[in-house]
Amino acid sequence: MDEATKSSLKAIPLCKTKASPRDGDLWIERLKEEYESIIAAVQNNKNSDRDWFKLESNERGTKWFGKCWYFHNMVKYEFDVEFDIPITYPVTAPEIALPELDGKTAKMYRGGKICLSEHFKPLWARNTPKFGIAHAFALGLGPWMAVEIPDLIEKGLIHPKA
Amino acid sequence: MKKQQDELTGFAENIDDLANRLKNALNKLEERKAESPDAPGNQLGNSQQEKQPTPYREKIGKLSGEVVDSNPYSRLMALQRMGIVQDYEKIREKTVAVVGVGGVGSVVAEMLTRCGIGKLILFDYDKVEIANMNRLFYQPNQAGLSKVEAARDTLIHVNPDVEIEVHNFNITTVDNFDTFVQRIRQGSLTNSRVDLVLSCVDNFEARMAVNMACNEENQIWMESGVSENAVSGHIQYIEPGKTACFACVPPLVVASNIDERTLKRDGVCAASLPTTMAVVAGFLVMNTLKYLLNFGEVSHYVGYNALADFFPRESIKPNPFCDDNHCLIRQKEYEARKASETIDLEIQEPEEEPVVHEENEWGIELVDESEPVLSSESPNNSGVAEGLKFAYEPAKKDNVSGDLSPAQAATHDLMQSIKDKLVQEAQKK
Repeated sequence: MDEATKSSLKAIPLCKTKASPRDGDLWIERLKEEYESIIAAVQNNKNSDRDWFKLESNERGTKWFGKCWYFHNMVKYEFDVEFDIPITYPVTAPEIALPELDGKTAKMYRGGKICLSEHFKPLWARNTPKFGIAHAFALGLGPWMAVEIPDLIEKGLIHPKA
Repeated sequence: MKKQQDELTGFAENIDDLANRLKNALNKLEERKAESPDAPGNQLGNSQQEKQPTPYREKIGKLSGEVVDSNPYSRLMALQRMGIVQDYEKIREKTVAVVGVGGVGSVVAEMLTRCGIGKLILFDYDKVEIANMNRLFYQPNQAGLSKVEAARDTLIHVNPDVEIEVHNFNITTVDNFDTFVQRIRQGSLTNSRVDLVLSCVDNFEARMAVNMACNEENQIWMESGVSENAVSGHIQYIEPGKTACFACVPPLVVASNIDERTLKRDGVCAASLPTTMAVVAGFLVMNTLKYLLNFGEVSHYVGYNALADFFPRESIKPNPFCDDNHCLIRQKEYEARKASETIDLEIQEPEEEPVVHEENEWGIELVDESEPVLSSESPNNSGVAEGLKFAYEPAKKDNVSGDLSPAQAATHDLMQSIKDKLVQEAQKK
């Protein structure tokens, strides 16, 4: 893991409650912690002038959607991002998907789910239930975009939106 | 003259015979037409399982052991004649749920179909792609179809006796999980619990979802997997409370003896080979048949290292500190069950009856070549069989360690109940 990822990860508040959407009131508690850590993460990003995603959920907190973007040679490339909270959450991480890029890179599973490095899952497993959505973004989606997006641009597979 | 007359009578007889045979064939065809599912009045009121392809033969009422070319079950019923299986026909009462019908699951479903299983329930949300053609079962002309529907079309044709129910959804999401659990509970031929769940999925999330459902429902299941580098695989039998569940310990995988740093991952997610997948599917269905038809020894874990052709066998006990609450409940139930039984349940192998074949013309005897099952005392120690390892280090527990003294445990429980009360109060506010 590079130092930038490490320090941004450290700055994100940890979650406490081990609960999935099937756990009723405990899930509400967890959802609150999730939102708190996401808000803090986004604020950290803005403070260091590296704002790169925004995110919201449905009322039950089971479906999440938003935007994420990446700057390459001063040009902004923006994508829709979405994922479901699995019933096994937070033992298993959410499977983050960028549906627009489905089929454009081999480092993706069906439906545009990003293929994370072999380090992600063991790290997530060791830190459950403390890691939440914000951590999955900082540890998973961020580094993935940093590698894949420049590659896709160079191959001419993606273009900035007008 | 006499000779000519004989020939003529011969012809006449032949013609009569032919005419009769044709008439019979015609009658049979008419009968079939009347009985076929397409005939009016024969439509099954099953909305979800619509558009069934016409089967190549009628359903068979009772399995026959008769050795004729036209009997699809003669070689299976021979298992009974040879004394391997006591009552093969029992398979027709069994229902198996197959979660994931990709490289392994589709082959598993085909094997069970050919074995004459009573009912299959298939779950998968994926579509057939041309990139799947390096595996078995699916055909290029099925690309674009949902995997479960493509599988059903093929399987019904292979064996019309098998009932096939399909679900085209992702079991890990909140809405679909309930349906998944409900089908485990009521999916069998008699609308009761299924006999076995087979997990043939390719990701940790789905395995954990199957594990969660089976722990909650106290459902016996088997796990299977093929490594991302396509050169190792495993199957695992999971009986909640008795054997380690999927969350008890980090996944046990076959050590490939490849240095992770030399493994090139650029530009690829996962490799796959039809060979490894077929080997794993074969192990899984063999273990399934042994379990369903009660013969041989059901393996708790079989690994496959393709590079060295090495097949480690292992048995893992449940972790008393498992993260899954329902696993802990099942463990307690199992302990209670064991304590209340007068006989030692550890001797679970079927009684060592001498294998007697109906015929043994040559006086052939069987010699036991199987190795005793290794068992690791503590699931947290990496004391697993040679050639196996855990996929990663287990999570470090903050408060609970494996060996609390009784006093410490009591304090811990007290602290926990105080904490719980605080949480409850916080929620009330």
